[in-house]
Amino acid sequence: MEQTAKKTIVSLKDIFVRFDGEVILNHISLDIHEKEFVTILGPSGCGKTTTLRIIGGFVEPESGDVIFDGRRINGTPPNKRNVNTVFQKYSLFPHLNVFDNVAFGLKLKKLPKDEIKRRVSKMLATVDLKGYEKRSVSTLSGGQQQRVAIARALVCDPDIILLDEPLGALDLKLRKCMQLELKEIQRSTEKTFIYVTHDQEEALTMSDRVVVMNNGAIEQVGTPEDIYNEPVNAFVADFIGEANILNGTMIDDCRIRILGRELECVDKGFGRNTPVDVVIRPEDIIITKPETGQLVGVVESSTFKGVHYEMSIRVGKCEIIVQSTKSAEIGSTVGMMVVPFNIQIMNKLLPFYDNIIETVVTGADEADNSFEFRLEDESVTVPGHYYPEGTRLRITLPPDALSLAGDGDGDIDDVYIESVVYKGEHNEIILESDERKWLMLSDVDEQVATYVPLSFDFSKAGFEVLDPEPAETEG
Amino acid sequence: MKSRKLSIPYIVWMLVFTMIPLVMIGITAFTDKSGGFSLEPFQKAFTYTNVFLKSLWIAFLSTLISLILAYPLAYMLARMKKSSQNTFVMLLMIPMWMNFLLRIYAWIILLQKNGPLDLALSILGIHGSYIGNTAAVVVGMVYEYLPFMVLPIYTVMCKIDPSLIEAAQDLGSNGFDVFRKVIFPLSVPGIISGITMVFVPSASTFLVSQYLGGTDDIMIGDVIDKIFWTDQNTGSAISLILMIFIFAFLVLMNLFGDEEAIA
Repeated sequence: MEQTAKKTIVSLKDIFVRFDGEVILNHISLDIHEKEFVTILGPSGCGKTTTLRIIGGFVEPESGDVIFDGRRINGTPPNKRNVNTVFQKYSLFPHLNVFDNVAFGLKLKKLPKDEIKRRVSKMLATVDLKGYEKRSVSTLSGGQQQRVAIARALVCDPDIILLDEPLGALDLKLRKCMQLELKEIQRSTEKTFIYVTHDQEEALTMSDRVVVMNNGAIEQVGTPEDIYNEPVNAFVADFIGEANILNGTMIDDCRIRILGRELECVDKGFGRNTPVDVVIRPEDIIITKPETGQLVGVVESSTFKGVHYEMSIRVGKCEIIVQSTKSAEIGSTVGMMVVPFNIQIMNKLLPFYDNIIETVVTGADEADNSFEFRLEDESVTVPGHYYPEGTRLRITLPPDALSLAGDGDGDIDDVYIESVVYKGEHNEIILESDERKWLMLSDVDEQVATYVPLSFDFSKAGFEVLDPEPAETEG
Repeated sequence: MKSRKLSIPYIVWMLVFTMIPLVMIGITAFTDKSGGFSLEPFQKAFTYTNVFLKSLWIAFLSTLISLILAYPLAYMLARMKKSSQNTFVMLLMIPMWMNFLLRIYAWIILLQKNGPLDLALSILGIHGSYIGNTAAVVVGMVYEYLPFMVLPIYTVMCKIDPSLIEAAQDLGSNGFDVFRKVIFPLSVPGIISGITMVFVPSASTFLVSQYLGGTDDIMIGDVIDKIFWTDQNTGSAISLILMIFIFAFLVLMNLFGDEEAIA
């Protein structure tokens, strides 16, 4: 990879940011090389804009270092950093015309008038806005305003250009066109571009490297090909492109069991009988006759997508998406083949499947056949079970015993939705409360990075009385 | 169609209470006591030229001082926490709920001989009354109209997109550059609006100068107040001239700002 040889221009070291007690960036580290196009990709609320604002100097991390060209620049105000930003809503100065907007930074540098004029004209030509000098910015179209914003940042000749979802407000066609233009501008000006977006296609199209973020942490850094072909976990696989993500068990090196079948794969080192996540891209599945397939399923639907058909094939209870240039008949039984190389094995996002709570009964009502325990400063009542006060218990809640409280009154309030991954049968939702994470199954898709109340269905729970441990107090 | 029907009561209102009175004032200004056409009311009106000029001067001073006091206040207000902003705006508004005359009386008490100001200054060995001069009139006017200067500037400043300030910093502006190159130019509509809202009423006000000013601080509003009962024709002529002045002023202001500032 050519990038590794390049010089690092900016690096974030162990950055931690918190707003109002809420962790925005959880000790992230990132190196960005000279002249590269890096995209920070993630769902809204993942901390990607904050990362950009730290480099720009608009946010100061609570801890961690921002190193620019070998120098620590924490505390250096934005105007003293050789970095320019293209803002999300362009933020052009409404009282200035196109020329004065672009010349803004140069005038502050007190450059001679004719040099300013020359550089602004050249930059406007680069962004295809020659002849627009005297136009008021409010009379420009979205795409034109966008280009003025880019010109305004580029003309200052910064080491790094930061772009905060700059194409978000444009319509699809213009966005695609601007993606290529931006990439071209980056190539011709040889600047470092750090680009923030939640659009995975945009990230794959433009970037030399992609940084995938979720919930204030970096999940994976790599070339677009790496990220697509070798996602490190189910979140990345789900976020980038279409993917079948399945629960599997690594039987041994190069042997994986999914959907009740044992298949050959190329990954090693996960250990024997380890639960894993498996990714198979829809375009990597080959439709065969039922007798010759590794997996057999029934075609449920087929949709023409232009280049290919997208079929939904049911294997047992699980839905598999297959893309193929030929459509199979709906209702027919087909076989499916995947070459070992195309089966991507990943560690589970969570080290557990069932949610286990170890606690002490804090209150009990024998007549009512119920007991209470404390969970993260809230008292939870368990109906239908009685244990005397002071009993140490291990409560095992399977993922389907968890649900989001529809009435807004959950057993724990304000639980953060960290990720939602469709596993062919259900959505596996990872939730984060103040002290721990939870795994929940749901048939409904949920919006990540939102806060919801969580309820437990204790009729599905298992209870185990533990030996008393006198020294420990819980609460 | 619907919207046009709804506007009929307002059109009638404007006709009865704006257009017709305006025409009547116009007619009265060009007639004499017997009812015939005459330029005499205007001849009489021009004997008050000095009062006119004095009124404009006092209005100009009041507007200028209001602006000097109001701009930094509005700037600070707009940068405060939202909750403190509301408190301060409230404090600014509360005096306006008090009757206009009472507020003027309060200034008489403050400035008169043996009043609080006099007593305070007597420690330094200075005695006297601070009422009955142009400065006292200006003080009263500024007190009266300051909120009308602060509020439009404050509103415009609140509307400035914070990302523009960030963009300016990003492009190399220090705090002063941000103010000079972004905040000030974008607050000009508020300034124009404030000037209009202070200058126009203070040029035509009355009573303030009667209570706080000296004998030569009489303002054109007071003249109209006095003579209208005895000589409606001259009163109308003066009103008409004042109106033309104000109209010319608004047009002038319109050249600097956009329409919304004048509304």
